[in-house]
Parts: sequence; structure tokens; C-alpha cells
Amino acid sequence: MITLTDVHKSFGSKRVLQGLTLDVPKGQSLVVIGGSGTGKSVLLKCVLGLVTPDSGQITVDDQPLDRTTREAFLEKFGMLFQGGALFDSLPVWQNVAFRLLRGTLKRPKAEARDIAIEKLRRVGLSPETAYLFPAELSGGMQKRVSLARAICANPNIIFFDEPTTGLDPIMSGVINDLIREIVAEMGATAITITHDMTSVRAIADQVAMLHDGKIRWVGPVGDIDTSQDPYVDQFINGRAEGPIEAVR
Amino acid sequence: MSILAPVALLGRSVLELLASIGRVSIYTGQAISHLFRPPFYPREFLNALIQIGWLSLPVVGLTALFTGGALALQIYAGGSRFQAESVVPSIVAIGMVRELGPVLGGLMVAARVASSIAAEIGTMKVTEQIDALTTLSTNPMKYLTLPRLLAATLSVPILVAVGDSIGVFGGYLIGVTRLGFNPATYIENTINYLELWDVLSGLVKGAAFGFIVALMGCYHGMNSDRGAQGVGHATKSAVVSASVLILAANYILTEAFFSS
Repeated sequence: MITLTDVHKSFGSKRVLQGLTLDVPKGQSLVVIGGSGTGKSVLLKCVLGLVTPDSGQITVDDQPLDRTTREAFLEKFGMLFQGGALFDSLPVWQNVAFRLLRGTLKRPKAEARDIAIEKLRRVGLSPETAYLFPAELSGGMQKRVSLARAICANPNIIFFDEPTTGLDPIMSGVINDLIREIVAEMGATAITITHDMTSVRAIADQVAMLHDGKIRWVGPVGDIDTSQDPYVDQFINGRAEGPIEAVR
Repeated sequence: MSILAPVALLGRSVLELLASIGRVSIYTGQAISHLFRPPFYPREFLNALIQIGWLSLPVVGLTALFTGGALALQIYAGGSRFQAESVVPSIVAIGMVRELGPVLGGLMVAARVASSIAAEIGTMKVTEQIDALTTLSTNPMKYLTLPRLLAATLSVPILVAVGDSIGVFGGYLIGVTRLGFNPATYIENTINYLELWDVLSGLVKGAAFGFIVALMGCYHGMNSDRGAQGVGHATKSAVVSASVLILAANYILTEAFFSS
């Protein structure tokens, strides 16, 4: 279980997280929604240690995340980045098998390549793709390679940062289905941040709405249309009028 | 405008400079602290050796060749004013190995390598590849900075040695073909007046300049702002700061090696 308790983070005078508290139960898929600039990415970066919170506590399986425990946490972690974040200088299979070619999970090159090709196949890419470079792939293919990299070492926890941004509706559907299937078959705990309500309905077990640096609403995805929360209503229906200011 | 505004501006600039020095020092300390702690990335190191050392060879070699030739012409023209044309071989050799070889080699590597490292790492930063490294349990300092620092520190002295040889050869070529020197005498004068410390001091300078080039490239790349403008600014800052630091370090090392 991932728990964030009263997490605060400011950048200069801009207060991004203002007492954020959130639980993500083990094996659940939580989707965090919220407007642009509300701190969704900062939330993920705080858990990853890429941003240090000003105050508050973050625990995984009741262990506070510090330098030592974070290393152990990252060993069983995978992430799909918004832009893919594939390494340009490496062919696709080495991107996917990055963890398996170095560090504690290192294994023989041939074995790592076989695993990478198997993961590529799992996300619907042919073995020939393995030998291309990221720049030779379309946006949708890059997202799938990034997904293959995220699941390559069979992580217990996976983060998805805007997994369908920039994709056409059909490719978005493919990615959403893949995420749903993979999270279910691996039994992983997942946190996704997205604006895309189709993704929310396809991926989420639980949905949390982030507004003004705090969790405004959290509940099962099935309850989102009947939340009675004016912020959630405005967001999921995409209305310009409502408590959320359109111009921020 | 307040009468104290210029003073405030000066104070702000000094504070910013001190803060920058502090940040670079901390970054350098962190990089060096990883030097002896595994994991190590030999493949990245070899790749950096090729990129920094091997691929800089043509530009350093051509620079040295033309510099050696021009130096011979200048010393001959200057020396002829007091009948000292015969010093051309020794001054070309000493000038190349002590000063021009390491400094011009360092500056050419700064232009070629610091910019390329800053642009590459800066682009990796703005496209979240650095964050991705962290999530893949790979320390960006170990994976990106340390191999480049080591490769530059080891390969630039070799580049300097090759550049020195080519520069001396450039002087020989012009001396023999244009200035009427006897080939055997030219070589003899070059060898007789050149001391081992002349060569070694240039190689030590090369190592220091290589370290500076890679450090500035990595530091500015890692601290690049977002977008194309951010990466462009990081690249420019890397080249400018590496060049200035090379010239400053050259003075300090020359003072330390030869002031007595």
C-alpha cells in the first residue's frame, strides 16, 4: 500500500501540494484526475524522490520512503512517462531490457533480449521493432515500448503519467486496454494521472480528484458520475462554468 | 532609480556568481564521490572515450598542424630581426608542448565536446530521460556524468600528445619547405632543447582541461531549463564556461609549474 500523509510542496511562492493525503491499496488501480498545474506530476515525483516534499510522510507497505527504502522500492517499480522518455541512443530492445542489462537484475545479454522481445510482443509490437531506434517509431509505438519497459522486470508498482496524451482515439483505446490487462494480470498497484476521461473509465478501480493541492474527492470509478461533488462534476463533464476556474 | 541600484546590482551578481561556484563545487564533489563506489558502467565509459577522444582527433590534429606552421613563420620573422632564426625548431617545440598544444587542444575539445555533452544531457533532461534513469534504479551521476568525466580526463592528454607531435611536425614542414632549414638540423634542435617536463606539464594541463570540459558539459546539461531555449542556453553556457575555465586553469598551472 502506498500512503501519502499531509504532503506539502511549494516551488518559490507557488504552493503546489497543500496537505495532500491519499491511500492506494495494494493491487488497486488508482487514477488521479485534476486540471493542468494542480500538482498531479509533482505527486508522482514526490513518491519517486525526484522532488523532495517540504513536509509530510510517504510510506510504501508502512515503510517510510527514505534514501535506502526508496532504492528497494524502485527495484520493483515501473513507469510509463508522458513522452515515453525512451533513450535515443539505445535500440528498442535495450530500452525495454534496460534494467536487465545492468544493476542487481543483470542477466546475460541474449536472455535480456529474449525477455525484451517477449514484452514487446505483449504490448503488440513485432520482434523486428526490437532492433529499431526510438526516433524511427510513431508516437503510439513509443508509448507501447515505454509500457514494455515499465513491465519488463515484473514490477509490483507501476505509475502511468498521461498514458494517452497525443494519441489518436484508437491508439488511446489500445493503450488503455493494455494497461488494464497488464495491471490485472500482474496484480500490480498502479497510479495513473490523466485528463482523459475515457482512460479513467477504462483503467481505474478508484479515482481521486486533485484540486488546490489537496484530494478533493476519492471513490470507486463507478461512483464518479454520481459523486455530487461540483468540482468532479465540472471536470468530468468538461464544463467551463463551475467552481474550477477555467483560466488559472 | 535609487542611487544604490548599481551597488545592489553588483551585489546580486557577486552573490549569483558565488552561488554558481558553490553549485558546481557540490556537483564536482558528488561526481568524484561516485568514482570508487560501484556500480560502474564500462560500456558508457568506452562510448565516451570514442566520442570525446577518438572523434576529436581530426579537429585537434588540424588545429595543431596549422598552429605549428604559423608559429614557425612568426618565430622566423621575429627572430630574423636579431639574427636568431635558428631558434625556430626549439621555440616551436617548446611553445607547442607547453602552451599551444594543450590550450588550443582544450579549447577545440571544449567547442566540440562540452557543447555536445550539454545538448545531449539537456535534451535527456527536458524529455524526462534523466527521470526515467532514476526510476530504472540507475543513478544519472554514475551513468551519465562519471563516464564522461573519466573519459575526458584520460583522453584529452592523449589528444594533446598527438596534437603536440602534429604541431611540431607542422613547424618542421614549414621550416624545411619554406624557411630553408636542413631537415636533420631541425629535428636535432627540436630534440636537444625539449625537456621531459615540457611535455609532461602539457599533458597534465590536458588532463585538467579534459576534466573541465566534461564537467561543464555535464553540469550545464543536468541543469538545463525546459524547452529548446533552455537546451540552447545550457549548450552556450557549457562552451563559454569551459573555455574561460581552461584559460584560467592554464594560467594557474603555468604559474605553478614554471614561475620559479
